[in-house]
Amino acid sequence: MNKPKMVKKTIREINDRISKGQAVVLTAREMIDAVKSMGKVVAAREVDVVTTGTFSPMCSSGLLFNMGQPEPPLIKASKVWLNDVPAYGGLAAVDAFLGATEPSEDDPLNKVYPGRFNYGGGHVIEDLLKGEKVHLRALGYGTDCYPRRTMERDYALEDFRSAELLNPRNAYQNYNCAVNFSDKLIYTYMGPLKPRCANANYATSGALSPLFNDPFFRTIGLGTKIFLGGGIGWVIGAGTQHNPKPLRTERGLPLTPSGTLMVKGDLKGMQSRYLRGVSFLGYGCSLSVGIGVPIPILDEEMAWFTGVSDGDIMIPVVDYGHDYPNGVARNHGHVSYADLRSGAIRVGERETATVPLTSYTLSLEIAQTLKQWIESGTFTLGEAQEHIFSE
Amino acid sequence: MSKTKETLCLTFPPEVSGQPVVCNLVRINDLDFNILKARISPKQEGQMTLEIIGDRKQCRAGMRYLKELGVKITPVAQKIQRIEDSCVHCGLCTALCPTKALRMDLNSREVLFLREKCSACGLCTSLCPVRAMVLETENGIWEAIAEGA
Ligand code: SF4
Ligand code: SF4
Repeated sequence: MNKPKMVKKTIREINDRISKGQAVVLTAREMIDAVKSMGKVVAAREVDVVTTGTFSPMCSSGLLFNMGQPEPPLIKASKVWLNDVPAYGGLAAVDAFLGATEPSEDDPLNKVYPGRFNYGGGHVIEDLLKGEKVHLRALGYGTDCYPRRTMERDYALEDFRSAELLNPRNAYQNYNCAVNFSDKLIYTYMGPLKPRCANANYATSGALSPLFNDPFFRTIGLGTKIFLGGGIGWVIGAGTQHNPKPLRTERGLPLTPSGTLMVKGDLKGMQSRYLRGVSFLGYGCSLSVGIGVPIPILDEEMAWFTGVSDGDIMIPVVDYGHDYPNGVARNHGHVSYADLRSGAIRVGERETATVPLTSYTLSLEIAQTLKQWIESGTFTLGEAQEHIFSE
Repeated sequence: MSKTKETLCLTFPPEVSGQPVVCNLVRINDLDFNILKARISPKQEGQMTLEIIGDRKQCRAGMRYLKELGVKITPVAQKIQRIEDSCVHCGLCTALCPTKALRMDLNSREVLFLREKCSACGLCTSLCPVRAMVLETENGIWEAIAEGA
């Protein structure tokens, strides 16, 4: 990593070129061939930015909102519901946080197994973006300064004083490929897994995935500006469960789920196409989040990293029938993302059908949209103010 | 005697909605049954997707019984629809689709829905995380969100 570089660019120089409409921007998919044909040094000279994208369920997501005070008397809203989905009200008077996986209060959960989890926090977020009104209900316990005890009102997105998408953990760098070696069908957050390893479910958008294109977080940190849910967002640090020191391939790609991002952005600028409430049979509700991170090609090393292809990415195969729920840290070897995309993999003796969870078409659409934004000069790069540790 | 299984889409007129039709149906004709979906519309019309299991003669007698009561029967085939705008082409539905009517196109990375292969088993309607697969009847689309059995 410390060899002297033949190409050296700064983010400021790249932003100058973006503003003048001169920046050369490729999607992570296009960059694979560019690096192969030109080599990393020429590619680093030619290309300024590589855009990535992913669209996947990301459970650690939510909405931090301020509902504004109602007609007097004022309220300290300590219990809050949006469309009957409980939000956390243990903040200042009219602030609350709605988590993506919170089911609506009367959901039968898994009492009738497998539960359907039709509506939850993620669906509230999607409804707001679709222009629908949501019903807000709040209870206060009454204080001298906040005497009101109840409040009920319908809110459209614009009626909130602020509505900030605030996701504690997104964009996992690598993820397990889930199989089930038990002899009964199970329902997991990775989808249904048939007995005796009959299907293998996997997430991530492979070579398009943000954190496979900058495996050591050289350019991504607090202050990196991103595509988030169809609008503008920011990386605000490492996500929860960030693992800075994973085992890696020779290329530096982690061999287990490792790096993560914490992100935020103004929901009012986002689109329902890229933030979808989802229901996982037998598991729960969540939110599918569209994220695209632009990677500045500062030198030939960044060109090399962003030239990553699906064949380079090794995904661990993990048993969710026994090992995962029991916390057994074991895997059944690795398969490449290219193998997973081919529709079938070999696990031990048997051939297993592969099932994706991440939308490849939307992931690519996000990388392409971000590319257009940058080419048109409307989106410049944010410079990381604090780096995320990864080695 | 070998048993057959019929899957039926039933529409109950308001006047029979309140009666224990299914209960009588299976008792009189000695059938086993499975309610796959049921709901009563705001107009008080009942809709149900019902599986009946029994020998062929009993099944037919059961269907006659329903018709006599004024219950409309539509065969279930070709009743599953995909809301194209809603599908995100993730591919999760391909995990359980027994007929491979839902399959990933390996080149375009889009999920194809081959309607002619669909047996209307209904698995995908509860599996699709964005509820893009729905059961469609003459009265419009049944939201998968309407409670299952
Ligand atoms: S699971 Fe639903 S959204 Fe995903 S590909 Fe199938 S129909 Fe489309
Ligand atoms: S109803 Fe059954 S057969 Fe038809 S597409 Fe859905 S899962 Fe496949």
